[in-house]
Amino acid sequence: MLDDKDRIFTNLYGMHDRSLAGARVRGHWDGTAGYIQNGRDWVVDQVKESGLRGRGGAGFPTGLKWSFMPKESDGRPSYLVVNADESEPGTCKDREIMRHDPHTLIEGCLIAGFGMGANAGYIYIRGEFIREREALQVAIDECYDAGLLGKNAAGSGWDFDLYLHHGAGAYICGEETALLESLEGRKGMPRMKPPFPAGSGLYGAPTTVNNVETIAAVPTILRRGSDWFASMGRPNNHGTKLFGISGHVNNPCVVEEAMSIPLKELLDKHCGGVRGGWKNLKAVIPGGSSVPLLPAYIAKDAIMDFDWLREQHSGLGTAAVIVMDQSTDVIKAIWRLAKFYKHESCGQCTPCREGTGWMMRVMDRLVTGEAELEEIDMLLSVTKQVEGHTICALGDAAAWPIQGLVRHFRNEIEDRIKYQKTGRVSSIAAE
Amino acid sequence: MSDLKKIVIDDQEVEVAGAMTILQAAEVAGIEIPRFCYHERLTIAGNCRMCLVEVVGGPPKPAASCAMQVRDLRPGPEGQPPIVKTKSPMVKKAREGVMEFMLLNHPLDCPICDQGGECDLQDQAMAYGVDFSRSREAKRSVEDLDLGPLVSTTMTRCISCTRCVRFTSEIAGITVMGQTGRGEDAEIATYLNCTLDSNLQGNIIDLCPVGALTSKPYAFSARPWELKKTETIDVMDALGSNIRVDTKGREVMRIVPRNHDGINEEWISDKTRFIWDGLRSQRLDKPYVRVDGKLTPTTWAEAFAAIKIVSKGKKVAAIAGDLASTEAMYALKGMIDGNVECRVDGAYLPIGDRSGYVGTATIEDIDTAQAIMLIGTNPRLESPVLNARIRKAWLNGAKIGVVGEAADLTYEYFHLGDGREGLMKIADGSGLDEVGKNTVVIIGQGALAGKDGEAVLSQAKRFTIVTESKFMVLHTAAARVGGMDIGFSTEGGMINALDKAEVIYNLGADEMDIDAGPFVIYQGSHGDRGAHRADVILPAAAYTEESGIFVNTEGRPQMAQRAGFAPGDARENWAILRALSAELGTALPYNSLNELRAAMFKDFPHLAAIDEVPVNAWKAAAPKKLGSGSFTNAVTNFYQTNPIARASSVMAAMAQLAASQKPMAAE
Repeated sequence: MLDDKDRIFTNLYGMHDRSLAGARVRGHWDGTAGYIQNGRDWVVDQVKESGLRGRGGAGFPTGLKWSFMPKESDGRPSYLVVNADESEPGTCKDREIMRHDPHTLIEGCLIAGFGMGANAGYIYIRGEFIREREALQVAIDECYDAGLLGKNAAGSGWDFDLYLHHGAGAYICGEETALLESLEGRKGMPRMKPPFPAGSGLYGAPTTVNNVETIAAVPTILRRGSDWFASMGRPNNHGTKLFGISGHVNNPCVVEEAMSIPLKELLDKHCGGVRGGWKNLKAVIPGGSSVPLLPAYIAKDAIMDFDWLREQHSGLGTAAVIVMDQSTDVIKAIWRLAKFYKHESCGQCTPCREGTGWMMRVMDRLVTGEAELEEIDMLLSVTKQVEGHTICALGDAAAWPIQGLVRHFRNEIEDRIKYQKTGRVSSIAAE
Repeated sequence: MSDLKKIVIDDQEVEVAGAMTILQAAEVAGIEIPRFCYHERLTIAGNCRMCLVEVVGGPPKPAASCAMQVRDLRPGPEGQPPIVKTKSPMVKKAREGVMEFMLLNHPLDCPICDQGGECDLQDQAMAYGVDFSRSREAKRSVEDLDLGPLVSTTMTRCISCTRCVRFTSEIAGITVMGQTGRGEDAEIATYLNCTLDSNLQGNIIDLCPVGALTSKPYAFSARPWELKKTETIDVMDALGSNIRVDTKGREVMRIVPRNHDGINEEWISDKTRFIWDGLRSQRLDKPYVRVDGKLTPTTWAEAFAAIKIVSKGKKVAAIAGDLASTEAMYALKGMIDGNVECRVDGAYLPIGDRSGYVGTATIEDIDTAQAIMLIGTNPRLESPVLNARIRKAWLNGAKIGVVGEAADLTYEYFHLGDGREGLMKIADGSGLDEVGKNTVVIIGQGALAGKDGEAVLSQAKRFTIVTESKFMVLHTAAARVGGMDIGFSTEGGMINALDKAEVIYNLGADEMDIDAGPFVIYQGSHGDRGAHRADVILPAAAYTEESGIFVNTEGRPQMAQRAGFAPGDARENWAILRALSAELGTALPYNSLNELRAAMFKDFPHLAAIDEVPVNAWKAAAPKKLGSGSFTNAVTNFYQTNPIARASSVMAAMAQLAASQKPMAAE
């Protein structure tokens, strides 16, 4: 279990003063100018050495991402954009940072902005986050008043302006290029890559888009040292991570833990265990709605980090753990996700626009069992036709939960279809 | 170029510019990649996903070849050129998948769809799809849009490729189309259900890869395989757009554009496209002679006899209208022993100075111009396709200046005055701050039509010299440059030409009034203004019914071809003149159109160089003093500029719609 002294987010639950003064008491904004005066390369190297990987889901090494930004401007400005459009079902970690510990994020923005040569940063916050936006704006205003943002921010010699932009509540605007489109005032539809944002992003200028948690972790990494961060977690999966556990646990919560914590330990220590005991567990979605679920027999050994979960054909995603016990109709649960993706598909490219609706409608019938057995394989084949053929990753995200369901709970789907046809229950009767 | 990159596509190595996309590189290699949303003249959308290809060594998923640039591909480990496969199992599977998704909500309308037979979706489903559908779900239906009298919509068929959205917003310059809703519910729509207010809207019919946008006037009248296709030239404006006229039997069923990078790219205006119903009505199909003040049908022999009696010993003058072919004017000029004139709108075009009545710029020069100066012209009405090209230059950074009426031209411009005062102010180069040097100066017929046309031209030329620019006279009539080229003109213009004329031979001039007095012989295709004033009417072929050379506004001779035959007793223009000349005893020295052309080419060799723009030597004009007042543009009612358009009910409907549309307050 993570020691309290190793926590980055010391006011995650809002029990302390979230104002600038309170944040300073907890050690934030301490020596910021000094880190910046160590130079841009030093900042990026520290982040590289810490092994910090993007906390938004894909887990791309953050320092590497920053190093793609041009060292010298060709006349265009560089931009930092913070993705605070936290909309993935199950995910609720960034909002805790923004409403209770906003100064971690703002300080991170300054340092990250400096690290990538950006004099301006934009935080794109989800449309539904009203209180979070208010809290964050108050914190930004405090920082301007205290000289921590703006000209010669925090006395570092680096000019940095930070703007908070309120989205309108579309899941797709959490996709980095759709976010940029939306930020520019257009319809939130993903752009094609290449060009990647580091080459041509916001207003055609070099841009790096990072998750809130990623940015917010950076100041503490510099303060405590990259060795400290790298000392936690398995190789290639370093540091601490916010886990948001929801569903059938006794005590759902958002908690900061070391990477590579076993799932069982995470649930037992922080959430009071699975409702009805570990044996009552049916399945876990380990990283937010878009990663395939894990059945109980895999979940019992699960190690919560990027690499282990990927080996199990799932993913850490946003580390939003959705726990489902035996009372769950897992087919219906995945159907609900299919419905979500159908609703949130932007409609730009063909496979996702047409495929998400089709998948949902087949799932409709799998829920009631009014389907043919062959349709399971057909559905699987449709998910493969969507996956990888779309502009952005929403197509993949829509396909993976269904693939996970068919992979692990095929017998349950088949049983339901057979029951619907014959009226007899086969394997379910044994439980 | 140093940016050349090697790439291997399907085992074929090609070397292309790094900025080219895989799809373009494949075209170089002669490999076809299916596509729906990609169009070479529009921005890249990448949304149909039909063009997916496998990039070996890249991410384990196919890449959209329409968007992936060759220079973004990673070379092999030892620097080998990147390898792309377009026929691998991965690509085949991806195409089948995309095709299946396309057809998922696409109705099985082919038997009742006008696009049938020339539908990209149909063709590609045959080539790249599978022969059955796995979907058992109900299909989506979408409400149709009302886009006006030209474009018919069946939006259920739409595959959301957004070509129409991109065309209207990028090229036509109207921002009313877009995609609303998201996911499955995404629909192509217009802002507040507006109809399209653009005279280039017909092009979205060609662009639509499915049957969602089809031609309303052409609806359900023919199948593409029944049509005889004739490649010819348009005469609705002076641009000389390249078109294809499709006929079924004798009737023209539709007109579609052909590609010509130097002229119309692949767009045509709505007047060019939808004019064809005007070819069916108000036609002159037999000769008439005025008897007791009333036009009476007659025979060719009697009409000729009447002309012979009347014209004997009289002073004869000839005028030629906007749609006359160069051959007809040449024949008429050869037959008449008197004044000839083609400048029916009274614009000052200097006789013998091609740099003054054509200019020195080509249409393609607009693409690369740093700036464009429009003098007394509204190209959006006078030549919509040219206007789209000016807009393209503007999008690429060219600055535009306007002296004349401040109309909505679909691009921003510096308005440097309404008329002569504005021209005077900039003529010495003091307008340079706004517009700059290296411009293309485009002067309209409206600016030249006043009494001081010569002075306007001289000042425009002065401006051209000061700014080191190229000069272009934007004509509104397809016949005008050809007429000037063969000298169908009289010093002093129309007034001098008709001075004391007792017989006027009118070759299709409907845009001017002829005073009472002279005996008028009208030769033309439509019963319009000219025919009403005539004493003898000789029915002639329209532009789709005979071959003829037209010289466009940049001075490029192009040859129109016969797509069908003229109705009734109407005959080809040159043949009428040849027959009449024999009747009058002054037989023209040629017996066929080819012989006529041979004679004409001997006199005017540049006309023989079809599709080439001759270089015109610059002739400076001494600056003359301007009058005062604003310029009036040559075209105010775009849809009614010639007798064929006035006979067309589609054009009438569009003219009515245009007249009723008022600019919105918010815009």
